[in-house]
Amino acid sequence: MALELQKPLQERAPSPASPRTLFEKIWQEHVVCEPPGQPPLLYVDLHLVHEVTSPQAFDGLRAAGRRVRQPQRTLVTVDHNVPTTPGHLPITDPIAARQMEALRRNCQEFGLTLYDIDSPDQGIVHVIGPELGATQPGLTIVCGDSHTSTHGAFGALAFGIGTSEVEHVLATQCLPQQKPRTMEIRINGSLPEGVSAKDLVLGIIGTIGTDGATGHVVEYTGEAVRGLSMEGRMTVCNMSIEAGARAGMVAPDEVTFNHLRGRRFAPKDAAWDEAVARWRGLKSDAAARYDKVVEIDAASLAPFVTWGTNPGMVVPVTGRVPDPATARSAAERGAAERALEYMALAPGTAIEEINVDRVFIGSCTNSRLEDLRAAARVARGHKVNPKVRALVVPGSQAVKRDAEREGLDQIFRAAGFEWRDSGCSMCLGMNPDVLQPGERCASTSNRNFEGRQGRGGRTHLVSPMMAAAAAIEGHFTDIRRWRFQ
Amino acid sequence: MKAFRMHTGLVAPLDRANVDTDQIIPKEFLKRIERTGFGEFLFYDWRRRPDRTLDPDFVLNQPRYQGASILLTDRNFGCGSSREHAPWALDDFGFRAIIAPSFADIFANNCVKNGLLTVVLPEAQVATIMKRSQEVEGYRATVDLEQRQVRDDFGLTASFEIDDFSRRCLLEGLDDIGLTLQHEAEIAAYEARRFGAR
Repeated sequence: MALELQKPLQERAPSPASPRTLFEKIWQEHVVCEPPGQPPLLYVDLHLVHEVTSPQAFDGLRAAGRRVRQPQRTLVTVDHNVPTTPGHLPITDPIAARQMEALRRNCQEFGLTLYDIDSPDQGIVHVIGPELGATQPGLTIVCGDSHTSTHGAFGALAFGIGTSEVEHVLATQCLPQQKPRTMEIRINGSLPEGVSAKDLVLGIIGTIGTDGATGHVVEYTGEAVRGLSMEGRMTVCNMSIEAGARAGMVAPDEVTFNHLRGRRFAPKDAAWDEAVARWRGLKSDAAARYDKVVEIDAASLAPFVTWGTNPGMVVPVTGRVPDPATARSAAERGAAERALEYMALAPGTAIEEINVDRVFIGSCTNSRLEDLRAAARVARGHKVNPKVRALVVPGSQAVKRDAEREGLDQIFRAAGFEWRDSGCSMCLGMNPDVLQPGERCASTSNRNFEGRQGRGGRTHLVSPMMAAAAAIEGHFTDIRRWRFQ
Repeated sequence: MKAFRMHTGLVAPLDRANVDTDQIIPKEFLKRIERTGFGEFLFYDWRRRPDRTLDPDFVLNQPRYQGASILLTDRNFGCGSSREHAPWALDDFGFRAIIAPSFADIFANNCVKNGLLTVVLPEAQVATIMKRSQEVEGYRATVDLEQRQVRDDFGLTASFEIDDFSRRCLLEGLDDIGLTLQHEAEIAAYEARRFGAR
């Protein structure tokens, strides 16, 4: 497959008078035209496709006799449905098998390369895009999946779309888009020891709420964000959607370039040097203005645990389950009461006293090599609590291989974790990895919605280190006091 | 796409904020490869008890709300997953319009593409309609896209905003892919300028 992604605009626009944000720079470069009475048509550089949100889009193309305009800008894999048992087999669910088969047929018919279950490159679409070097600064990236915001970590404009829009992009490589507003979330200072990118983003959502960024593209700035690895930046951008954001972005820097250099679809040789020179301009101008600015002090953050049924319902691990009586409004009180009933938690319960039945380390939020290293560092020399069943699901087959090369699988297995093949797995339980009713799970995924991991299942979102520690202790525990071995 | 001009119908109140698309249509029903037939799975885990029988307490199961075609709910409706199966399920169940103080972005986009109108009204007006729909049996409202108004028989006339393009797409039932393809020459020119001759 030859992904052709990064060719520069040959006619550069004259430098505009007014200072622009990173978002505005990418937006302007991708506006194809602005038809009167219609939103601007935005060009899409990279379209990621998976089995769940695409079959009806391909049907639409067929019905209208349309083709895929840019097969070489379309990257396809299977991730949501795939079993994580060895070799991703057997596929026991006939409806899932039918959906994967439909994707195979569609890729064949429309001339698309598919990273299928037997491909060494298969994995969660938001893990393999960056891994293959398809995700690059300055690109516009869409996918029929809300966590497409992940790719913004590279200084790309990346957002989730629905199936009708998937069809639109397949047919036209464009999307009519109303221009979103901009929001800066600046994290001052550096993250305290034991506080990860996951805790940072949970802290942000806890502060601004699950619709705090609706209608906005968020740019994360500040010392703490600069200090994050690419994996950490991806974790933060990934969960932008949980605050309602259209997209999340981090301006590219040396960390970005070093991460991308040498990857399969990254520019090579002279093209690389040229690209990096261009990418260095992808940052908000000093005088650029955002529609909204939020500042957070990194020192105020702690390892977080969600207690309720949306990602904004979150407290530090040293905290307690809040009392709905203290809620600011009747609506919030009702929501908190309902959440506590679903979660079977009493107000005032210390978070560290909450026992877990299951632990899930995986998902497009936290399944990359760095996440697995962090969890393995906690697990090393310990044993999973006998009452807990714990699962580690690498984000891609490549992550799995890399982890095995480092012996991380041995650490996990020795401690009593199950070591699986890659996929979305228990983040949303479309494959056989699901919670049973009433089971309580410490999960490194992104959504603690009712029934998300299985009907009646109770999800607490945490970082990979916090999840590993909960697996071993059998309850939540403050990673800042962990006995590393 | 199905056009929407004006609709009058029974209003069902779902008095909850932050209703996510996992609730609207749980993941076990996303494996179908068709666009139709999702209605019976709408709000599945709320409508049905663990033994799959209908829960008579859930609002959409109450006799007085049978046949409702306008859903009234609280802020940030449709948050979470981008699954278009959510509007497909709402549409298939019989809803033509949803009224709330705010909607999640991707969900609202997906609704427009399916001829399902999302109406944003201020919280106070939503509260008024919520109260009426709970207190007045058979309470109906009219959603008028041409006038950009929600009206009822109790003196309510609430104006709402919607961008002109979405309004036009809905009023005319436009195929927006067809609209974009009218700009084929511009798209080709953009590609040539950016990527060179192909």
